[in-house]
Formats: sequence, C-alpha cells, structure tokens
Amino acid sequence: MNEMSPASIGLSRADLPNSYIGRSVPRPNVPKLVQGRAAYTDDVTLPRLAHAAFLRSPHAHARIVSVNAEAARRVPGVIRVFTGQDLAEVCDPWVATLDHLKGIKSAPQHPLPLERATWQGEAVVAVVADSRAAAEDGVAALDVTFEPLPAQTDMETARAPGAVVIHTQLGDNLVFTRTATSGDVDAAFAAAHKVVEATFVTARHTGVTLEPRSIIADFNRADGTLTVHHSTQAPHMMQGVFARQLRMREGDVRVICKDVGGSFGIKVHVYPDEVAVATMARILGRPVKFVADRFESFVSDIHARDHRIKGRIAVDAEGKILGFDIDDLTGIGPYSVYPRTSAVEGNQVVNLCGGPYDFSNYRCTTTVVLQNKTPTCQYRAVGHPIATAVTEGLVDLAAEALGMDPIDIRRRNLMRDDAYPCTSPAGMRFEGLSHHASLDKLLAMVPVARIRADQAEGRARGIYRGLGFASFIELTNPSPFMYGIGGARISAQDGCTVRMDPDGSVVALSGVTEQGQGTEAILAQIVAHGVGVPVERVKIVTGDTQTTPYGGGTWACRGAGIGGEAALQGAIALKAQILEVAGAMLQARPGTLDIVMGEVVDRASGTPRMPLGELGRIVYFRGDTLPRELQRELVQTRHFITKEFPFAFTNGIQASWVEVDTATGMVKLLEHWCVEDCGRVINPLLVDEQVRGGIVQGLGGALYEHCVYDAQGNLLTTTMADYLVPMSAEMPDMHVGHVETPTRESLLGAKGAGEAGTAGAPAALMNAINDALRPLGARVTEMPFTPARILRALGAI
Amino acid sequence: MSARVEITLTVNGERVTRHVEARRHLIDFLRLDLGLTGSHAGCEHGVCGACTVRVDGEIVRGCLVVAASLDGAEVTTIEGLTDSGEAADLQEAFVARNAAQCGFCTPGMVMTAADILRHHPGATRAEIREHLSGNYCRCTGYQAIVDAVEQTLAARKEGAA
Repeated sequence: MNEMSPASIGLSRADLPNSYIGRSVPRPNVPKLVQGRAAYTDDVTLPRLAHAAFLRSPHAHARIVSVNAEAARRVPGVIRVFTGQDLAEVCDPWVATLDHLKGIKSAPQHPLPLERATWQGEAVVAVVADSRAAAEDGVAALDVTFEPLPAQTDMETARAPGAVVIHTQLGDNLVFTRTATSGDVDAAFAAAHKVVEATFVTARHTGVTLEPRSIIADFNRADGTLTVHHSTQAPHMMQGVFARQLRMREGDVRVICKDVGGSFGIKVHVYPDEVAVATMARILGRPVKFVADRFESFVSDIHARDHRIKGRIAVDAEGKILGFDIDDLTGIGPYSVYPRTSAVEGNQVVNLCGGPYDFSNYRCTTTVVLQNKTPTCQYRAVGHPIATAVTEGLVDLAAEALGMDPIDIRRRNLMRDDAYPCTSPAGMRFEGLSHHASLDKLLAMVPVARIRADQAEGRARGIYRGLGFASFIELTNPSPFMYGIGGARISAQDGCTVRMDPDGSVVALSGVTEQGQGTEAILAQIVAHGVGVPVERVKIVTGDTQTTPYGGGTWACRGAGIGGEAALQGAIALKAQILEVAGAMLQARPGTLDIVMGEVVDRASGTPRMPLGELGRIVYFRGDTLPRELQRELVQTRHFITKEFPFAFTNGIQASWVEVDTATGMVKLLEHWCVEDCGRVINPLLVDEQVRGGIVQGLGGALYEHCVYDAQGNLLTTTMADYLVPMSAEMPDMHVGHVETPTRESLLGAKGAGEAGTAGAPAALMNAINDALRPLGARVTEMPFTPARILRALGAI
Repeated sequence: MSARVEITLTVNGERVTRHVEARRHLIDFLRLDLGLTGSHAGCEHGVCGACTVRVDGEIVRGCLVVAASLDGAEVTTIEGLTDSGEAADLQEAFVARNAAQCGFCTPGMVMTAADILRHHPGATRAEIREHLSGNYCRCTGYQAIVDAVEQTLAARKEGAA
C-alpha cells in the first residue's frame, strides 16, 4: 500500500523514547481546562447578541391550534417571536433517510413544526430577546392553544391495528426493517444439544453532556455570510446543512467550534431548535444565541438504546456455538434524525450480534418504529452495548445450561487469532482481531482463582458476589460505506495541512475535532514525530471550516485512525520538503539529511547541520539567496481515506466484579477490568482514561440511567436528580490493558478506542450480577438493573 | 422580576459593586456580569457541581445562590484560585494525570478538590471519591481525578513531614 512501512519511519515500541508515538505525553489542552481558561460556545459574546428561548410542547402529540404572541411581544427586551410558518419561508425541511437502508422512510421535519407537535418537549414557538431571561419571560407570556391528540408511545403496539399512525402520509409507523441470515438457522436449532433463550431490554437513555447543546448564529447582511459558533463534532457537515437548508452556498457559511464540553455522539446530529437559531439569525441579520438548559437537554437531546431484544442461542454438547436467532425491536420517536438516520442503531445490532464468535448459523431482524417520544439516534458505541449484552448474555446462559465455565465457553468459541482476514455471519469483514490474546491478557490481570474462592466463602455467609465477562467487537474508522454510500453528505475522508513557520514552529490544521478525547494532543504527537520536532513546538488548529481541510470531524472513533493518518502523511510530506530546501542550502543530498528535535542533522552521524529556525529565516526572508527553481512550500496538505475495509474493527474483553445486596437490591461495583485492542496506541495515558470513561458510561446505562415516560408520553426524568448518572463514589477502580494489532490500511496503524468501554461494560455487569444471583435462582435481563428489578427477580417484592 | 438590588462584594480579591436583578443567581452574575467564564452552568438545579465556587471560605453551588444575597461576601472562582497559586500543585497533578477530558466539569472539580486539600488533608481514597460525588464528570472514569487528588495530598504530606 505504501513504500514506507511502520518500521521504516520508526513507529515501534523499540524506538522509544525517540518517538512520540506510544508515549504518555500530557495533553497540551489540559492547563487551560484546569485554570478555567477554555472557551466554550456559551463563553462567546458578540455585538448586538440576541438570545433565543423556546416554548416546547407540553403534549406528546397535539395539534397546534393557535399562537397568540401579543403579550409576549410586549415583554421588555423581547425582539421578535417566530412560529414554524415564519421559519419555513426561509428554511427548507429535511428528511432523514439513507439509500442503502432499503425501504427506510421518515417524514419531512421543519425547524419548528407547522401543524402538530409530535413529542413532549418539541420546540414549537421561539422568542428572541436581548437576554435569555427576557426571552424566557417572553415564552411565559405566549398564549398557545394545543389540541391534544392520542399518542403512540409503546413500540410494541406501533404496528398493531388501532395504532396511532404518527405521519399519515407514511401509511404506518414502520421506519425500517432488515433481516440478516446466514447458514440454516432452523436446522441448526432443531439439531442442537441445547437451546436457551431470553428477552433483553436496554433502557432508553441519553448522553447528558455536561455542556448543553450550544449555538450562536450570526448572519451578516453586508456580505451575505452566516457565521455559526457551534458546539459540534462535525463542523464541515453542519456548514453544508446550514447552507442547504437556508438556500446558501457552502462558501458563505463558516462554522467555528471552540472547546466542546462533551459530545458522545449527541452533538453530531441536526437539531431543529439549532437550525431555528440559524434561520432566525438569517432573518434578523444579527447574532442569536441558544444554550439548552438541562430540562431542554433531557427532552430534546437525542435519546438512544430503547430496544427490546428476543434472543436464542444453540450449542452442541461440547459447548460449540451453532447459531444465534435474534429479534430486535426499537422505537425511535416521531422522526428519523437527520442526516445519519435513526435506523442505524438497529442496523448495528444486526451487524454486531455474535461478533466475537466463530459460528455458522445466524438470523437477526431489527424492526424500527415511530413513537411519540424524543427522537433517538446515534449515541456513543451505537448499537454495540445492545448487541454485546444480547450476545454475552446468551453465551452465559448457554454455559449455565451446559454446566460450563464462562471462560471455557468463550475460549472454545472466540474467533481464532489466526483466522483473519475473515467475514462474520452478519457480513462484517475483519482485518485482524485478537480475542484470544485479549482473553489471555485479561486472565493475567483478573485474579480469577482468588475471586472464586472469595465468592464461595461469601455465599456461605449470605454475601452474594459475582464475576462477569463480556467479549466485544467495535466498529471504528468508518469508510463511505457507513453514510456516504446512502447519499448523506458526511465525509469519511479527512485532511491535515502541516506548515512550518519562520522560527521553526509547526502548525497543523486538521478536519477532525476535539471534544476532550485528546485529538489535538495525539495529532501534535504524530506531527512532531513525522516532522522531527519537539512536541511543544507543534500547534494544532481544529474546528473552523474556513481554515481547516474538509473533513468529517470526530465520531465513530475516527479521529486517530483517519485524522491521525492524514496528519502523519502531511508531516512526512513537510519533512521531505524541508529536507529538499536544506539539501540545497547545505549542498547535501536530501537523503543524507534528517530532522531530529527541530534540527537538520546529518542522517548517518547525527551531527547537527542547521536549526529549523535558520532554515525558516532564509526561506521566508531571504528567499533571494536560494536557487531560483527550488520548491520551498513549507506547507503540505494530505488527505486520507480507508480503502480496503469498510470499517476497522477492534476487539476486547471486560470483566466486572460486583456484590449484590439481596436485602436492598443494591449493586456495589467492586472492580472492573478491560483489555482492548485499538491497534497502535498513540498515547496510553489518554487511551486508558478514555476507556475508563467509556466503561463508566456503560455502567451508568446498565445500573442507573433511564428516560422514564408515563403512558401518555410525558418524560418523567427531566432533572439530574431524576435521571441518575454515575458519580465518583459509586464507581470502582478500573484496570485497563492493551493488545496491539495495528491496521495495515495506514502507516500509523491506529484504530478507534473511544467506544470500547461503553460497548462491553453493560454486558459484563449483567453477567456479574447474574453470576451473583445464580445460587438464588434469580436472573435479570432488563436494564437498568435497579434495586426494584433485582428484588423482583429475587421474589422479594 | 425587574427589581434590582445593589451589592458590594469581593470577587477574587477585587471589590465590585453592581445592581443585580433579584432573580440573578451567582453563576450568571459571575459569567454574565463579571465575565468570569471559568465557572460553568451545567444543570442549574444544584446537582452537577460545574458551577462550584467558594463563598466566605466554603464551596457552594453558584446556581443555588442568589447574587443579591452576597452583599459583603468574599467569592473565589477558579480564576482567583489559579491566580493565588493555592492549588497550583493540584492543577499540575490534574495535567500530569490527564484528569480532564472535555474540561467542562474541571473548574468545579478543582474547586471541590481544593476544598479537600484545605479541610480534609488526611482523606482516604474512598473519602476523596465521596467528597467529589457532588461533581459530575461524563468523560473520565473519575479514576484519574481521584488519582490526582490522592497524589497531591500525599505530596503535601510528604512536603510537610
């Protein structure tokens, strides 16, 4: 694929400490964070800044009968009131479908609805005022009459006779369905030694980014440009969205994304209230700011993981897995979310179930339906926690039925480490995974014998502890097969411009973005390595569509694998150009020179020849002294896209050790382990804590987090006192280990690491709880595993 | 709603006088009236801890305190804490341990951790976790934050011995 190899550019552990790749370099962004000097979107103020607040539907489904804004307009500070009709005059609606998801359908969505509100919390009317407080006063003074309509809230009845069809023009509430089959499932199950089955429920939950969704849109009538300060993962995508919906050219829209206070997939979607803000700025010709308050976040940030899954597994007498047969149902709210669609989570369940295992017979169906609840869409580790919980829950059930140890059944069935490349029964192509090496490493970390002894001793005293395992695969580095092939203008490629300034400083501008993962830190490490300068001489610029190369941003674990490779290629190209110039200046062949820690040196002897600052001085200020025809572009841009595999899959395994209080139903997390293989690790310090953060998000979803609705579709969990998230006291210490199987698609060899923790943690925890409860004949498969559910499983209530 | 109250207080060592709306809470007063954007509004109902600041020596939720009640008070925010150097070692430990990802919780987390350093110098790991449990972090697994606080406490103890 490339003349250079990872070894030829010094990308190996053996080169430490001369390489920045693989080193725990502290993040250059952190000092500003700990000193309160970061700049989030809400920290930005502009001249004539106006503020938006929204009246949101109090009903899950209602006709908007009338909007009387007389009193609101009289509130001091109120500038203007906007209805859906007002915005529709300048903003076109969108429909979230993808061509490659056969049969998918959804209804046109406007920034504010024209006739009906279809979920409780949907923004219906906007008030713009000179302060947020005045805008909220204006909202309070609005007189809006709703006619409540019957709401379709239960996904199980969404297609039944008598269901409320949410968009009559669609004919029914079915958004998408797909079945993947491989082998002969019915024959395999009929001939199996054991078949076990269970129904799993993964609770509807949401991202709870600590920084709420935030946007400032500013339309300048003088030059016809729209500048949007936006807390987003995908500035270029949003630039295109604002341009298309507002009938502008992309070149007239600039999206600036400064510090982002958490994203997790929440901030990669098109939100109607944010498009409304851009539209209102377009109409008013002045900047308008909107920052969601926490109530608005809970009712309008995308939700996720609202699935009911019926699963069966067939095994032979030796514990060999013969097949999986799975039926997934999910409710996604009243609209598929633009532009990624809300069918992808269910589609991922179909793609990922059974993923770590070697088996032949597979059938999995997902059915995606509409309902009158907050729209759902892609949230960290899309579909993975669901597929992993079902797969690993069933594997543990099979082991129990066979009287097998959970480790043994995994050892027996995990895909062999020498089996790659190969294709899974669900059709996923794997370049190289390391399930057995990961299991070995995990077992070197988890003191299983000591834990089992402790468990047996505890049971004798009425203390119920459990150990659970979960193997998983994770989809990273997506190619255009993820979205682009379906017609979405979502970039799978990414670019990086690397330049050297006169004093030898290096600046790299990248299309991927930073939301705390450490994107900028690893890009700096990669560029420092590639050019040959100290890492503190590298500045990274991200999050500005006017200055950075076009790219997809950061999602689906692509920052390191795609953005990192573009940065590496750009850095290598810059180094070659610098050496070309240095060769002319030093009258040496470029191939005999190298750059080490900011200095041009003789490659063979290491003798310093010239600091980069001197080379920069000559190039920028005394170009007259260089040969006339010499190329001296000390700026190079490279773009990278994967070409061989649709996705770079990673893998790993987690273990959870818990104690269940059988009197209260409370689960205490004692310890947690994760071994994952994200290919080349660029910065272990960053990867480890990101894996831990992912684990905590997974544990939160499995134990506490739940968007609870009443039967009428009212969301009951709209504060952080109702929707519980993990805090430090409940979380265990977590041990993280790595196996490295670099992808050969790139020089860098990096795959994604951000979702591994979330993918596997809920399943490992579920299996641990059920391991604890097994002697009592109890089992839980419905998340979150609340004390009430555990006590019910125990028959105590 | 439009009633205004005059207050004079000390913020990060500087004396300030403002007319504030009676409903103005401290976090908005700091961010909007004084331009101190280091403290953040995360939930505005006292759960997440992103707005944690110090008032008269004790940490409070900036979203649960009404600015009008602070006439004569002494307020310290992350900006003031940083300028004073009081928690410089703690902040360095946060950097070294990568105890921040998106950073939105970090100023509040540092204010709370600095409170542990002041009031609970002998805190155990479990007590650190308990004390930090009013501050929500969605990105890290809390472990790096707990490590940073634990290391700072240990280093201070060693320095004092």
